[in-house]
Amino acid sequence: MSPRATGPVVLALRGVTRVHGSGASQVRALAGVDLDVRLGELVAVMGASGSGKSTLLNVAGGLDTPTSGTVTLAGSELSALDPTGRARLRRRSVGYVFQDFNLIPALTAAENVALPRELDGVRTRQARREAHAALSEVGIAELADRFPDEMSGGQQQRVAIARALVGPRRLVLADEPTGALDSVTGEDVMRVLRARVDAGAAGLLVTHEPRFAAWADRTVFVRDGVVVDGTGERGGPEVLLTGGVR
Amino acid sequence: MSVRQGLLALLADAPMHAYQLRHEFEQRTGGTWPLNMGQVSTTLDRLVRDELVAPLDVDADDVVRYHLTHTGRAELERWWTTAVVRSAPARDELSIKLALAVSAPGVDVCVIVQTQRTETMRALRDLTRLKADLPASGWTREDLAWSLVLDHLIFAAEAEVRWLDHVEARVARATDKGIVLAPRAASGELPPAEQAAREHVADGGAR
Repeated sequence: MSPRATGPVVLALRGVTRVHGSGASQVRALAGVDLDVRLGELVAVMGASGSGKSTLLNVAGGLDTPTSGTVTLAGSELSALDPTGRARLRRRSVGYVFQDFNLIPALTAAENVALPRELDGVRTRQARREAHAALSEVGIAELADRFPDEMSGGQQQRVAIARALVGPRRLVLADEPTGALDSVTGEDVMRVLRARVDAGAAGLLVTHEPRFAAWADRTVFVRDGVVVDGTGERGGPEVLLTGGVR
Repeated sequence: MSVRQGLLALLADAPMHAYQLRHEFEQRTGGTWPLNMGQVSTTLDRLVRDELVAPLDVDADDVVRYHLTHTGRAELERWWTTAVVRSAPARDELSIKLALAVSAPGVDVCVIVQTQRTETMRALRDLTRLKADLPASGWTREDLAWSLVLDHLIFAAEAEVRWLDHVEARVARATDKGIVLAPRAASGELPPAEQAAREHVADGGAR
């Protein structure tokens, strides 16, 4: 893992509030959230169901719009863009990883990873080349021609991570990426996600499993739409000297 | 933690002298439980007394090598084939602290839970970082042993975080139901949790 993250801020939330509904049925899903995620940093979000952590992820990726406050993605404030500009920024800057992998069954691993680049307007041959590079980075170059149903869950999730960070994308938003995996496979996937972030990306991870959140540099806890506490900035190697193990 | 059975297990591999035993023990348990030579010698003496281990030979430097007796091998076999008994729980500072906190005047249990969860999560992250330092594949026997020990500490820390989440929810529900969490403070003022609970009851009721 990298030392203390000091890279540029890839994602910044300032005073983000999201209210669903109105009147008596009004629900405040987020209430004044501030959060920065830097290049080289993986941040975990934990909280009970209904705490607002999924809304946080949706707002961070521009899939949902805050009622007030600002979201700045790769240097651009989302609310300052028109819908087309926002969609373009979202598509080119952010990748998603979901619990159930969400690969297209009729496409091979390489085709799945190349697809976002082809939608970016990159030529097929270039997109394929980038897809193969992205698959190598997650350690499954040899599975490029397999279809999703010919791969294990862990392998499919590696493809999803490769797809999320293919080409210029530097922010991965992961929603319970280990939810459908057994404990050892889940750990392998976290190791890959961690390595990709260390190699030059930023990640925001929603999970309800402390063991997987522990792969992040820091964890923020959300309750009733508010960040109640966090593990703070990641310390240097000195934190291990006082731990009493090895 | 059983040094006694640990030494028997090591001697089943090969005869060893006391220094070797200490070294091997630490190697093969990931160095998490360092032994001092006094512990090793005392344990060896007892094992010899109980006829589970016997001196085999003495080298040029007068260092004794020990080996396993038949009885020792049987004792070790019994250890491998029976479960470790989980007896009465050890006295745990955190559970005692929280148990006392819910009935202590002027103490905010939620703050204790949040502070502790942050600390336990930090410890969990540091343990995970140690695990991340292991190679992704091609493990040695020592790597595997170390990873198992780390996993034990990781799962224990995770269980504590989950338990703290549960405590938080439990306390929130108790407060919602108007259960008074703390007795009246000595000064006569109500602690915040009780004040909130009483106001809630006075407001007329259940949410």
